Amino acid sequence: MSIHTKIVDDLVANDISFVTTVPCKQLAGVIDEIEARPEIFHIPANKEDEGMGLCAGAFMGGKRPAIIMQNTAIGVTINTLATLTQFYRMPLPMLISYRGELREPVACQVEMAVHTKALLNQLNIPTYHFHRESDANELDAILKYTFMCNKPVAILTDASFWGGYGDQ
Amino acid sequence: MIRSDVLRDIAPVIRDHLVVCNIGLPSQELHLLDDQPTNFYMLGTMGLSSSIGLGLALAQNKKVISIDGDGSVLTNFGTLPTIANNVADNYILLIIDNGSYGSTGDQPTYAGKKTSLAAVASACGCETVIECQASETREVLEKALASDKMTIIVCKCESGNIKVPVITMDPVVIRDRFMKAVKA
Repeated sequence: MSIHTKIVDDLVANDISFVTTVPCKQLAGVIDEIEARPEIFHIPANKEDEGMGLCAGAFMGGKRPAIIMQNTAIGVTINTLATLTQFYRMPLPMLISYRGELREPVACQVEMAVHTKALLNQLNIPTYHFHRESDANELDAILKYTFMCNKPVAILTDASFWGGYGDQ
Repeated sequence: MIRSDVLRDIAPVIRDHLVVCNIGLPSQELHLLDDQPTNFYMLGTMGLSSSIGLGLALAQNKKVISIDGDGSVLTNFGTLPTIANNVADNYILLIIDNGSYGSTGDQPTYAGKKTSLAAVASACGCETVIECQASETREVLEKALASDKMTIIVCKCESGNIKVPVITMDPVVIRDRFMKAVKA
């Protein structure tokens, strides 16, 4: 089974049926898999804070949401995380491609990578870092934890986790 | 007519539907005029009323009205293509366009100058877009609700505010009360 299939299987098994995405090269396979699954309504967002608004609405409408985005989005969404998702106590699993880590070919990505964990820590957002493929075995438990505590939870997935960075 | 006049006028029409209300004075005014468990008041996060409303409309079958402002739509312009491309016929976006950032002291917005939000919404692919004058809003809204078609309403009104208290209800209480109303 591919890692993309496994990740989306875990989302479906946890009744996540509303997923918004802002793409990243590393996340392309997961996004394709989400688009292909009839159990999931996939709604691409133009910006990640917009996506978090969509997720908040879907949650209040009775669906379990998730957002898939790059770590640069943490810089975009701090206000939304604090004043919407956290303030109203809503669960939100955030599957995040952690650009700017080992094997990263684009220097600028490192500039947000160095802030990513510090910002998540500052926001008291539970954060998990997938570095090896076997780390994904915890995804099911992380999703259950997210909907147990009604918090946004970050799952950072770096280039090594995805098996390198394409042909770079 | 200013925004609070429009809200007073439409309150009997929106009372029986799910309402997501924009941050700041719009929520405070609606809360003062006609507090309902079916109202979700935004206490922060400028720009996301339309996105929250769309997510809610796509997730369940009851009718949803997002009350937004011209300044907030300008802040979250990416919302209009998302709305256009994910049609929810139980969704109405009501943009109360007074050409100003009302909650921050009535600074002018570009929507009050050259930019037409109705034209932008149409260009984004929204199929039913109606621009109306403030006094027509109630009737336009009633027709939109009856049409069972996703509708974007741009209500042109005058700039101005009334004195209203802030909402002191806890956000989790607002959300819990609203979710119970969604399920009811």
